[in-house]
Amino acid sequence: MGIGIRTEDLRKVYDTPPPTAARGAGFAWSGARGRNRDKKKIDVVALDGISLEIRPGEVFGLLGPNGAGKSTTIGILTTRIRPTAGRAFLGEHDIWREQVYAKRLIGVVPQRPNLDFALTAREILLFHGAYFGQSARDRNQRTQELLEKFKLTDRADHLVRTFSGGMMQRLSIARAMMHNPEVLFLDEPSAGLDPQTRLLLWELVREYNRLGKTIVLTTHYMEEADTLADRLAIINHGKIIAQGTPPELKASIPGGYLLRLRFDRIPEPFLSEIRALPGVREVRSGDHSAADIYADRGGSLIPGVASAAQAAGVELQDVHISEPSLETLFLHHTGRSLRD
Amino acid sequence: MNWKTFFAMLSRDGHVARRNLVPMLLQNLLQPLLFVFVFGRVLTTSGMMPMRYKNVLLPGIMAISMVLSGVQAVAMPLITEFQFTKEIEDRLLAPIEIRWLAVEKVVAGMIQALVAGLAVIPAAWLLMGSGVQISFGHPLEFAAICLLVALFSGAGGLALGCSVGSTQIGLMFSLVLAPMMMFGCAYYPWSVLSPFPALQIAVLANPLVYASEGLRGAIAPEVPHMPAVVTLAALLAIDVAVLAFGLRQFRKKAVT
Repeated sequence: MGIGIRTEDLRKVYDTPPPTAARGAGFAWSGARGRNRDKKKIDVVALDGISLEIRPGEVFGLLGPNGAGKSTTIGILTTRIRPTAGRAFLGEHDIWREQVYAKRLIGVVPQRPNLDFALTAREILLFHGAYFGQSARDRNQRTQELLEKFKLTDRADHLVRTFSGGMMQRLSIARAMMHNPEVLFLDEPSAGLDPQTRLLLWELVREYNRLGKTIVLTTHYMEEADTLADRLAIINHGKIIAQGTPPELKASIPGGYLLRLRFDRIPEPFLSEIRALPGVREVRSGDHSAADIYADRGGSLIPGVASAAQAAGVELQDVHISEPSLETLFLHHTGRSLRD
Repeated sequence: MNWKTFFAMLSRDGHVARRNLVPMLLQNLLQPLLFVFVFGRVLTTSGMMPMRYKNVLLPGIMAISMVLSGVQAVAMPLITEFQFTKEIEDRLLAPIEIRWLAVEKVVAGMIQALVAGLAVIPAAWLLMGSGVQISFGHPLEFAAICLLVALFSGAGGLALGCSVGSTQIGLMFSLVLAPMMMFGCAYYPWSVLSPFPALQIAVLANPLVYASEGLRGAIAPEVPHMPAVVTLAALLAIDVAVLAFGLRQFRKKAVT
């Protein structure tokens, strides 16, 4: 039951600008180089040795900021991007070498809906079924089921170019499920969806997962990764920086709580005093005014910090307390916020 | 090879083509047919052109219509589908090697080119009035030329569609298609270029020349034309080259 995915040291270097869906901030541009000086060559390292193991039947999340390499990873796992080095396997089959085998078993929901604009919603599902060799009866029946489940029946015979973003997204997911794939890839599925549609989406993903299907989703919403994923990989600059279940990952943050504080100045003795406060696990201070405190408690630490500040003649200007979350985890590993 | 998927993709293209049948026919056939009417009817009847010009014109117009409609049927959708919306992804993810999707596009273009070419004959006949003499004395030669022209049209559409960006569509028409039509020996036989030896040699690089001359030889043999062996061989060679180039471009475009 279910099919797993394994990657070995995947690397992807783009020598042309990366595809739009995979483009974003955070790529390392090394500029022109190589023997041919006339021809300007760019090398963009999008993936830098990604090794993953996605277990059969689990919901696996790839979490990271824009440009981290999430879409490139999905692109390689879905045969659409050729890896520069390394291999990816679907079950025991090499995805790049056995593309047709792989494509039969996967369903893909892209970051931006890529629906066939020349067709109606119903036709999109029917033709998709036909591409996968379903009989006319099967595909009619499945199309009707999916249109109902995704609440698209009343617009089923309209051209999709007239659809709203949310409807297109729902139809994209319906299409990806049409041939009942063993592995469903969702690339930023809830980007741009209203909260209600997002909840519907989560429910549909969970329901599909209950059938024993493997789900791989990318997101930069910590909350989404937290509620949906059984296991997660956090990815940044094309590298995996942490992997595990959401509770495991959260437990790996020193203390769990993060207090981001801002002072008018931070003298070294004052920093040592904060480090000595009960419950404080780690203090990081990047510049002369901000300090990140990892601790096992949140608000109850503030009086201690405030009195230490008063004693040192330092003014406390801003306080932000984060509960244990993937956001704080990401910050802990990368020094930058998911939204940066 | 997965025929079910192949035919499903072909029927998708057929479905879309049927839905856009009227605009498509207008787009591909109106201009050539207006040309037929003005040059083949108005100017011949008024005596500006000899009556036998009708027989010169008809095969040329047929060649132009076939080439244009196949190129349009393949290139235009490909350009949009590979653009921002990436509509083609759905079919790139279908369980078939992606080169078959390119082949499917070429076949769809061939079918549209053949339909357009065959539609031109009765339409032009009606528009030109009396005096057109076409013969179907060489049905095999006619069929072979038609198939090769249609293949050129579909493969050319693939090559252009995968090499041109959406912002360059206008340029494609004015830089590629317009000169090809004017120097394609569609409106005159190749032999009349003999006073311009350089031009006569230069146009040999234009595939439309072999299409027009080949069709001329097949249905209007009394008009001067190139030998069938030459046109068939040239079209075959061009088809192979254009198809190979188109498939390569498609692969480049489809896989990152």
